[in-house]
Amino acid sequence: MFETFDATFLARLQFAFTVSFHFLFPAFTIGLASYLAVLNALWLATKQERFLNLFRYWVKIFALAFAMGVVSGIVMSYQFGTNWSVFSDKAGPVIGAPMAYEVLSAFFLEAGFLGIMLFGRDRVGPGLHMAATAMVAVGTFISAFWILSVNSWMHTPAGFSIDPETGQFLPEDFWQIIFNPSFPYRLMHTVTAAYLTTAFIVGGVAAWHLLRHRRRGELASAESRTMFSMAMWMAAIVAPIQIFLGDAHGLNTLEHQPVKVMAMEGHYESHPDGAPLYLFGWPNDETQTLDYAVGIPKLSSLILKHDLNAPLDGLDTVPDEDQPPVFIVFWAFRIMVMIGFAMLGLGLWSLAARAKGRLYDWPMLHRAAVLMGPSGLVAVLAGWVTTEVGRQPFTVYGLLRTADSAAPLDAPAVGASLMAFIVVYFAVFGAGTWYILRLMGHEPSPAEPRLKDVTTGPTRAAGRSPVPDAPKED
Amino acid sequence: MPLAEGISFDLTVIWAFLIAFSVLVYVVLDGFDLGLGMLFALERKREDRDVMMNSVAPVWDGNETWLVLGGGGLFAAFPLAYALILPAVYVPVIAMLLALIFRGVAFEFRWRTERWKPLWDVAFIGGSALAALSQGIILGALLQGIEIDKAARAYSGGWWDWLTPFTFAVGLGVMAGYMLLGACWLVLKTTGELQNRMRRWAMLFAPLTVAFIAVVSLWTPFLQEGYYSRWFTGWGWGLAGVVGVLTAAAFFGLLTRLRMASAELSPFLLALALFILCFGGLGVSMFPYIVPTEVTIWEAAAPEKSQLFMLVGAGILIPIILAYTAFAYWVFRGKIDADTGYH
Repeated sequence: MFETFDATFLARLQFAFTVSFHFLFPAFTIGLASYLAVLNALWLATKQERFLNLFRYWVKIFALAFAMGVVSGIVMSYQFGTNWSVFSDKAGPVIGAPMAYEVLSAFFLEAGFLGIMLFGRDRVGPGLHMAATAMVAVGTFISAFWILSVNSWMHTPAGFSIDPETGQFLPEDFWQIIFNPSFPYRLMHTVTAAYLTTAFIVGGVAAWHLLRHRRRGELASAESRTMFSMAMWMAAIVAPIQIFLGDAHGLNTLEHQPVKVMAMEGHYESHPDGAPLYLFGWPNDETQTLDYAVGIPKLSSLILKHDLNAPLDGLDTVPDEDQPPVFIVFWAFRIMVMIGFAMLGLGLWSLAARAKGRLYDWPMLHRAAVLMGPSGLVAVLAGWVTTEVGRQPFTVYGLLRTADSAAPLDAPAVGASLMAFIVVYFAVFGAGTWYILRLMGHEPSPAEPRLKDVTTGPTRAAGRSPVPDAPKED
Repeated sequence: MPLAEGISFDLTVIWAFLIAFSVLVYVVLDGFDLGLGMLFALERKREDRDVMMNSVAPVWDGNETWLVLGGGGLFAAFPLAYALILPAVYVPVIAMLLALIFRGVAFEFRWRTERWKPLWDVAFIGGSALAALSQGIILGALLQGIEIDKAARAYSGGWWDWLTPFTFAVGLGVMAGYMLLGACWLVLKTTGELQNRMRRWAMLFAPLTVAFIAVVSLWTPFLQEGYYSRWFTGWGWGLAGVVGVLTAAAFFGLLTRLRMASAELSPFLLALALFILCFGGLGVSMFPYIVPTEVTIWEAAAPEKSQLFMLVGAGILIPIILAYTAFAYWVFRGKIDADTGYH
């Protein structure tokens, strides 16, 4: 059945599928690792039990999400070779080194201290346990640093030359390679997105428990209220910062990848005297028109050039074979932006609620927070799709085409592996998500279970727990 | 013979050794994890399984990271080799990755459900077994040689070329070897009945492993001319003799120590010695080829600038990694006791 597709298309589907699934886990765990470090530090500093209970609550969820991130991440590190071998051969001399640095400086750090963070509190004492928890958080950030540097280089390659004989990219200046033009913007925007993603998940879980208690006419636990407050502070402070960072990233993209911005904006036509901001439209690559367009005149020029009448080129200046698929980029971008503003809205709402003293007593706010719980994950994926599909039809922007990057594999081979990935990912990560939701479904409380196991090792007590799922050591 | 032509210890050779080192550390560390996973199939008592899994729960993630370093290091230091080898072993690599997913999540999922616990046990066993088999097959496929188009810098064979009796023999050998490592690890980490049974499993898997080592070692020289001349001409005979004698010594030492109730660490160290000897033998067969016998490490090497930049980081970070990895093992040292946590 796969003979009808070409192998490169299937390889792209497979990469998109596996990287999208993988990305969801670090998007959550980068922020959660830092949150756990903050909770643990607050526990040590204040000795208020609620912080320790929250740590124990979220660390179980972290362990699940982190494990899924690890196993889906190993797939990525081999897929460059299995499916994109030509890209690997050509770009390896440049991007291989930063990727090796990611393994050496981040993956080992996370993995080495994870065991102590999860199981070692009573074995190493509070100080070292705190250090291990902080190391895991630092590791997630270092990992993001390197992989986003590599990714940014594919968008805005710098510091290289090309070997005329082999076609390989050769490093000239690793400083320029690592700190390539889009990297600082992408790093800030993506890491901030990860923090927001975590904040909204935490806020959503907290709001769920606030609502449940209200229905029963009882007071929610101090833990639920604490985490709701912390999450809403994050939303109120970080969402506006993120919108600012996103704007800066967009301007950087306009400078280095103007074609991507044309696709994001749906600008098929050039606008010599100010381009409109399209709110809605149906991009049609065949006719090169934006059908059913609804837009605000000149606003796009104002946003991108800070001048109502600034001219903006459209895709009519770009050969068809160099254009990305506009529909996906246009809509993915809009989804991301809409969620960003909804996050800002919830953050402002929470400030108003706080001012009125109704932060824990405003069911509509809590319902909105539950609804927005997974919004960060959606926004992160939409943003990722915007930037990666916007890079097409190149793997290394402007220099190496996607069609010339793939491994010499038969379509049936890639088709079969793609099917296997789809089945396994939905089954395994579906089950994992279910377990996470079940943990989230019970409220963090003063009796937050953990295991008594101080002397011999990380054993878990299946029989001691009041809930059917055995709780885990923190 | 290329080996005789003077080895200059340049960056490329250093990187070849560093990657071989990462792969060896991976094989040894995740080897006992995966072997322990396969031993799950033979140990059906729930408490025993809990103890077995807990003996590696804090360290398995770090162990697996060496696989990422091996793959990532190959990509960075020898991009052409990475680009030639991985498409050639597409099916076993994908199978290994999927197997490692099942194995890895089982560590967490198993404790989250009562009803489906047996299912995640099966995922743990099956994932461990398939990952071990695939790793052996990948090694076998590399040893038997892959078809490449050197001018196009690309793999030119089909997607089932790896499937031969030889690759399966290597795959089964790796499975047996990992189970030996796993059993010896558990001799070190457990007590009582479980420890006794692990001694018996190790006594079973030790001869099985050595039998596979013998089969593969005798088969390999006949796969490619280069291997034969390396082992069976000139000083190759002497080297083969030394490796053979050392392997036999490690094997008999292992059997002796397994019978001694007081020996807890030494069986594991002797099993490690078997793996290190095999690995050394592989190195002798392959060097200086990275794709035997088509592409040498120098032909596949990344530019000096890339290798140097990475070596600075590796030189600083690998000792630190080894230090905190050792610290993590030290934190979780000692026996895992079945009773703790279950009152």
